[in-house]
Amino acid sequence: MGFFHRHRGLTPYLLLAPGMLFLAVFFLVPLGFLAYQSLETGSIDFGYHFTWAWGNYWDAIRHYRGHFVRSFEYAGIATVLALVFSYPVAYWIAFRGGRWKNLLLLFIVAPFFVTYLIRTLAWQTILSDNGLVVRILRDIHVLGSGGRLLATATAVVAGITYNFLPFMALPLYVSLEQIDHSLIEAAEDLYASKWKAFLRVTLPLSMPGVVAGTLLTFIPAAGDFINAQLLGSPTNHMIGNVIESKYKELLDYPAAASMSFVLMAIILVLVLAYARAVGTEKLTG
Amino acid sequence: MTDQLTRRQLLERAALGGAAITVPGLLAACGGTSTKAGGGGTTVAHKLAKTLHFSNWTLYIDNKPGNRHPSLDQFQKKYGVHVAYNEDINDNASFFSKIQPALSSGQSTGRDIIVMTDNSRYPSLLVKKGWVEKLDKSAIPNIKNLVPQQRHPNWDPNRDYSLPWQSGFTGIGWNQKLTEPITTMGDLLGSKKLKGKVGLLSEFADTLALVMAYNGDDPSKVTDKTFNKAIDTIQKAVHSGQIRAFYGNDYSGPFAKGDLLATMSWSGDIVQLQADNPNLKWQLPDTGGDIWTDNMLIPKGGDVYTASVYMNFVYDPKIAAEIEDYVNYVCPVVGAKQALLKLDPGIAKNPLIFPTKQMLDNVHVIDPTALNNQKYQTTWQNLISA
Repeated sequence: MGFFHRHRGLTPYLLLAPGMLFLAVFFLVPLGFLAYQSLETGSIDFGYHFTWAWGNYWDAIRHYRGHFVRSFEYAGIATVLALVFSYPVAYWIAFRGGRWKNLLLLFIVAPFFVTYLIRTLAWQTILSDNGLVVRILRDIHVLGSGGRLLATATAVVAGITYNFLPFMALPLYVSLEQIDHSLIEAAEDLYASKWKAFLRVTLPLSMPGVVAGTLLTFIPAAGDFINAQLLGSPTNHMIGNVIESKYKELLDYPAAASMSFVLMAIILVLVLAYARAVGTEKLTG
Repeated sequence: MTDQLTRRQLLERAALGGAAITVPGLLAACGGTSTKAGGGGTTVAHKLAKTLHFSNWTLYIDNKPGNRHPSLDQFQKKYGVHVAYNEDINDNASFFSKIQPALSSGQSTGRDIIVMTDNSRYPSLLVKKGWVEKLDKSAIPNIKNLVPQQRHPNWDPNRDYSLPWQSGFTGIGWNQKLTEPITTMGDLLGSKKLKGKVGLLSEFADTLALVMAYNGDDPSKVTDKTFNKAIDTIQKAVHSGQIRAFYGNDYSGPFAKGDLLATMSWSGDIVQLQADNPNLKWQLPDTGGDIWTDNMLIPKGGDVYTASVYMNFVYDPKIAAEIEDYVNYVCPVVGAKQALLKLDPGIAKNPLIFPTKQMLDNVHVIDPTALNNQKYQTTWQNLISA
């Protein structure tokens, strides 16, 4: 006790130390190694050598531009869809959930009790050509008689939306839950319609949740490869699939590493632009 | 100090190996002291370990309810060695990337036997890199039972490092309830009735061998010209929307469900799938299929003597027959058929398990140099993840 009292200034650093150490060992060191690897040349047979091979980066962009674009396109659509689906749900739970709130939240988190892979494999069954969903869509002529969902871009985007939905819904719920109801009442007292009160009071106050949710969804979605692999066809593959095949099949570690860095850089730029557009204070609430 | 590893050291290294997967660079950098573990001129102790760590593919050994493997129980009874049997190999590439960080930094993988396919680049790569131990042939007198065709593969000419576990054929499977028989690659890649309902294999050698044979080229001698021609043929089928996806072992789900009407597939899988769905049929294409072999290997740091004793055990025709009765792939052990005729004559007469000469004449083995050609591999990966 005496020690901490005398060195009160140290306390925050001591508390931070485990987290920092964890980040250093499991994030910074591998990242540094990845950076090193991305500048190597060679092959698995003869070994890889560090040669400042910046060309790896250029190759990544030149050969796989289409995959990068497709990844951000799918991730973007899935993020918007997840937002559109979760906002009303989170709103309803926060404002109307009453004593059922915790149970309803549990329903949102429930899919997480099953592993990611199994959930995605379940979608293979749900969207199967002879499954109920496809049959109904054919009957109501949304799909042609030979139409299918599995192995299409639609299935990939649907899978991503579903898999990342809780990452969107939970931050939204938290920020909506915190809103002081008297503010909305005050708006109504000042003759704002319900809609206007929502637009001018609720929505702006829930922005931290929207920002956090979109980031938590978009960032992992852009690098995802499971959905494209299990629900898509070769023409729907995303950049994650290419990185996986470079690493696992081709044993071309420098290419995989440099592509990962390009992906990271693009995401960083997009996130910064987004943060700037919505205002950084929204990020922290 | 000898190069010999005690069980305990092995386990310690295995634990380190596990960490090495997370931070390969870190351990590669500071793993200097143990780099030569079990390396070089290993002197083999003729002493059995308590446990044999065996990594294999799923559904690839005899199996009784409750996840019992009778052949492994017999091994334990006979030699007092418990086999820690792990079905942790799903495809060659993933498994290789799982053990690669440990091997490249001189750590043991914690495994004594692994099983890898010779139509992937990995077995020859493991040999070339010195990442596998030499078999202790003095402990494997039953090696005489290895079928003659399998004795001199070009990547391990004297079987110094490897012994076949099972072989299999790659051919065409179709669902006879949903389509007429598909027995040519031409139909598989071109028939309008199959559009979007055809699967090809993501394994480079399988798909390439069948397509090259269909093009009238020789898969055992791949040239730039014949390779490009094969890629063109496949690309056309992909662009026309004929191909639904490229599959590993995972074609079995969509195939059983009817999402795939026809698909390139492996012989033994179909024997197993037919048990649940008799409508699934399989045949080598008229222009020929291909044959591949899964090989038992001892990764560096594995217990050579115990692993060799186990290999000797499974090359006993009686044991081989018991395993074959469940596995239903092609058996590499001479005499297993005779043993199986007594045990289960139906299986013993199945040509997918003990193939006829006519079938063996109609299969190709892919050119091994093509497997290690980085340019071909890159082209292939770009094609299958368009």
